[in-house]
Amino acid sequence: MAIQIQEVSIPQVNLEEDLQSQIEAVSANGTPVKITGGNTKSFYGHVVNALEINVSGHSGIIDYDPAELVITLRAGCKLKDVELLLAEKGQMLGFEPPCFGEEATIGGIVASGLTGPRRAFSGAIRDFILGVKLLNGRGEIVNFGGRVIKNVAGFDVSRLMVGALGTLGILLEVSIRVIPKFEAETTLSFEHADAQTHIDWINQKRRFPYPISASVWYQGRTKIRLSGSQQGLYSACEDLGGDNKIDNDDTWSKLKEQTHPFFGPVKSLARVSVPSVEVNFLPAEPQLIEWGGAQRWIETPQENLGQLRQQVESHRGTVCAYQGYDGHAEIFHRPTDGILALHRNLKSSFDPAGIFNPGRMYAGL
Amino acid sequence: MITSTRQQLAGLFRTFLEYESVVDQSTSLAAYECDGLSAYRQTPLMVVLPKTIEEVQKIVIICADRNIPIVSRGAGTSLSGGALPHAEGIVLSLSKMNRILNIDDNAQSITVEPGIRNLAVSEAVKHLGLYYAPDPSSQIACSIGGNVAENAGGVHCLKYGLTLHNVLSVTIVTASGELLVLDQQSLQSQGYDLLALVIGSEGMLGIVVEVILKLLPIPQCARVILAVFDDVEKAGNSVASIISGGIIPAGIEMMDNPAIRAAESFVNAGYPIDSAAILICELDGTEAEVESQISKVDRILKDSGAIDTRLAKDDAERHLFWSGRKAAFPAVGRLSPDYYCIDGTIPRKALGAVLTEINRLSEEYELRIANVFHAGDGNLHPLILYDANDEGAFAKTEALGSRILQLCIHHGGTITGEHGVGVEKLGEMCVQFSDIERHQFHAIRSAFDPTNIMNPGKAIPTLARCAEFNAMHVHNGELPHPELDRF
Ligand SMILES: Cc1cc2nc3c(=O)[nH]c(=O)nc-3n(C[C@H](O)[C@H](O)[C@H](O)COP(=O)(O)OP(=O)(O)OC[C@H]3O[C@@H](n4cnc5c(N)ncnc54)[C@H](O)[C@@H]3O)c2cc1C
Repeated sequence: MAIQIQEVSIPQVNLEEDLQSQIEAVSANGTPVKITGGNTKSFYGHVVNALEINVSGHSGIIDYDPAELVITLRAGCKLKDVELLLAEKGQMLGFEPPCFGEEATIGGIVASGLTGPRRAFSGAIRDFILGVKLLNGRGEIVNFGGRVIKNVAGFDVSRLMVGALGTLGILLEVSIRVIPKFEAETTLSFEHADAQTHIDWINQKRRFPYPISASVWYQGRTKIRLSGSQQGLYSACEDLGGDNKIDNDDTWSKLKEQTHPFFGPVKSLARVSVPSVEVNFLPAEPQLIEWGGAQRWIETPQENLGQLRQQVESHRGTVCAYQGYDGHAEIFHRPTDGILALHRNLKSSFDPAGIFNPGRMYAGL
Repeated sequence: MITSTRQQLAGLFRTFLEYESVVDQSTSLAAYECDGLSAYRQTPLMVVLPKTIEEVQKIVIICADRNIPIVSRGAGTSLSGGALPHAEGIVLSLSKMNRILNIDDNAQSITVEPGIRNLAVSEAVKHLGLYYAPDPSSQIACSIGGNVAENAGGVHCLKYGLTLHNVLSVTIVTASGELLVLDQQSLQSQGYDLLALVIGSEGMLGIVVEVILKLLPIPQCARVILAVFDDVEKAGNSVASIISGGIIPAGIEMMDNPAIRAAESFVNAGYPIDSAAILICELDGTEAEVESQISKVDRILKDSGAIDTRLAKDDAERHLFWSGRKAAFPAVGRLSPDYYCIDGTIPRKALGAVLTEINRLSEEYELRIANVFHAGDGNLHPLILYDANDEGAFAKTEALGSRILQLCIHHGGTITGEHGVGVEKLGEMCVQFSDIERHQFHAIRSAFDPTNIMNPGKAIPTLARCAEFNAMHVHNGELPHPELDRF
C-alpha cells in the first residue's frame, strides 16, 4: 500500500549525508556536540555546552502501512504531525508521549524516553520501538532492529536508544509499533482521602481485567481513565461505580503535558519512581501520584534531595530531580558502580571519542 | 591435556559444589551434547549444576581466571543451537535453580530462579487468578532463564507481548563474577535500558540468576473462531483487516494445507483437510468486550473471503481447535523422519509473496514444507521435512532454510523472530547486518565480557565467518540481494 498523506503534510527532507559529514568532521578532532531536535526537553538532563547539531530538519515518513501497525520515520518529524497522521488512520502511539511544545520531534521523544499517563497500563517507548537507524560517533550509519514486531537477530540496540539522551548516537530513523485508537474513553472519579488508600485501591482494581488506561491521585481524589469498546466501558463503569463520570476529561492531557496546576513553574519537583504497590514510602510533602502508584511527584527542596534518594533507594526506586533545581543538583539517580561502569563501556563502544552530549546524563559519560 | 584440565577443574568445583553437581564422566556428558537443534553436537569439558547465586559466582570466577568458556543452559530446548557446548568450556546448567522465591499477590509479580519451567510459573499462581502471559509452545519444558536469553514469544504475544514486555527485573552474574540487578519494577528506567539489552542476548552478556515476572489476571472469558480459506493470501489479508479494524486478538495463528493435514490426522481437531489455510483467532477479555468483538471478527473474516467460520461453542471445543495448532510440530514430525523448523519474520503484507516463493523453493530443493504461522505478528515457521539418514539431506535442508531466511530479509523482515541466532543462523547474520553493525554487536558484548568467555562463538559471526559465508553465496561477484534495504 502506498503512503497516503492527506491533510497532514510532513516535510520530506533527507539530511542524512549532511549530518554524516558534520559528524565525520567533529569526530576526527573530538569536538563535543550537543544534539537537539525541537528543544522542548532540554531541561531533562544536565546542560551541555557544545557545538549544536540540530536534527529537526531531517524529516519525513519512510514507510507507513496502517495494516502493519508499524510506522517508520525520520527522527526530525514533529510529534504533533505524526499523531495527526496516525489519527487519520484510526491509530495512535501507545505510550502517550508528552510534547512540551509544538516543536517536539520523534527523535527527542525516543531519546528522552518520557512517557505519559498510559505508561503503567500499556507500556513505555521501549515496549513499542522496533528499529533504529543511527549515526554513531565515528560518523557511520548503522541499522538495528527492523520493521517487524518479532525480531531477535542481534542485541537489542533499538531499545538501548530509548532514554539514552542522545549519548550513544544521533537517531536518524525510528520504526515504532502503533496501536488502534480506542473506540471510547471515559473518566471516573473517587474520593480517597490519603495516598495509601489510593494505592491500595488502584492496585486491587488492577487484579481484574478492567480497561483502566491511566490513574492519578491528587488532593484527596482518585481519577481513572477507562479506554476500550463501548460495551466494555459500560460494564466496567457499572462495576467500578465512583462518584462522578466525566467524558472528555482534560486531566489526562494536562498530566501528559504537565500543564496541570500541580506542576506550577516555581516548584521544586522530584520524580520518585517506585514499585506501584510501595506503601512504606509516603512522605507528608504535597504530592501527585500517577501510574497506579509507580510515579510520585513530590515537592522537595534541593537540600533534601540526597536524603530522599537514600530513602527511595531502600524501596527499590529512583529519584529524578525533575524541575526547579539549580545546576548543582544531580538530575538522574546514580546507579551502582558496576552498572555505571557498563554505561561507560557501552558509551565508548558507540562513541569512542565521547563527542555526543557529554555529561547530559551523568558526569563523565 | 583436556583430561588433566578436566580433573583439575572438577576438583576445584567440588570444593564448593556437591559431588554429583559436577558432571565429568563422558557417559553422563552425552545428555548435554546438544539442545533442540540436535544436528549440532559437541561434548563439553564438563557440566556444573549450581544451586545458589554464590555458587554461580564462584564458578564464573574460576573460569574467568583460566579463560574457560561458559555456556549457560536452561532446559536445552533452544532450536538454534544457542546452548550447544563449547569443546574447551563448561556447561553451566541452571536446572537445579528452579525455585519460586516470592509471590507478590498485591504487586502481581513473582520472583523466580532461572531454571523454573515456564508453565510452572502460571501453575503456581493460578489459585490467585493470575498467570504469566508469554507461552512458547515449549512451555512445559523451557526455562524462564532460557526465555529471557531468547526473548521468547508465544501464541499470545500479539496482545500480551514477548518476554521483554513481561519481565520486571533480571539479576545477572557477569563474566567477572559480579552480580548486577537490572530492575524496572518502578516502570521508569534511568540511565541505559540494560534490562532490555540483556533480554534476548542469548547468554552472552551474563548468566541470568534471578527474574521478577509480571503476572496478569486470567481473562474472564476467551472465545475462539476457526476460519477456513481456499486461498492463503486471503487468509493473510484477513489478519491485516482484523488488526487494522482496531481489534487485537489474544492470538491469531495460521496453518497451510500440509500443516492442516498433518495436524488433523494427528489430533482430529475437525480441521477441513481440503482447505488452503485455516486461521485460529482467539479473543479474550471481559464478557462484554469479547461478545462485541466476536461478531466484528466474524464479519471481517467473511468479508475477507473465508468460506466458513466456526465459533467454538464451549471451552472443550476451544481447546480442540487449539490442539491441532499446538501439536503441529510433532504432527509434522510424524510425516517424515526429521523436520527442521525455520523462524523468519516478515511484514504481514508480504505473506502471499513469501509463501508462493517458499513453495517454489520447496520444489527446487525437492523437500516438502508445512507452514505454521504466528500470523498476527508475521512470524513464519516453515517446517522442512527431510530424512537425516539420506546422505547430504541435512546440508540441503539447511541450504533451503537459509534461502527462506534470506527471502524474509528481502521482504523487509528478519532471520529470527523468537528462536535466536545461536550457531544456526550465523551465516544469515552476515546478510542482515553490515560489518560495522556486527562490529558494534561485538563491542557491546566486550562491554560486558572483555575476555569473551560467555557463550563464545554464538549469535554474532566473526568477520572471517562472514567472509566464508559470502564467498559461498556470492554469485557473479555480487552479494545475495544487493538491493536489500537492511533496516
Ligand atoms: C517444540 C518446541 C517448540 C518451541 N516453541 C517456541 C515458541 O513458541 N516460542 C519461542 O520463543 N520459542 C520456542 N521454542 C524454542 C525454545 O523453547 C525457547 O528458545 C526457550 O526460550 C529456550 O529455553 P531453554 O530453557 O530450553 O533454554 P536453552 O535451550 O537451555 O538455552 C537457550 C539459550 O539461552 C541461554 N540461557 C539459558 N538459560 C540461561 C540463563 N539462565 N542465563 C543466561 N543464558 C541462558 C543459553 O546459553 C542458550 O543460548 C520451541 C522449542 C521447541 C523444542
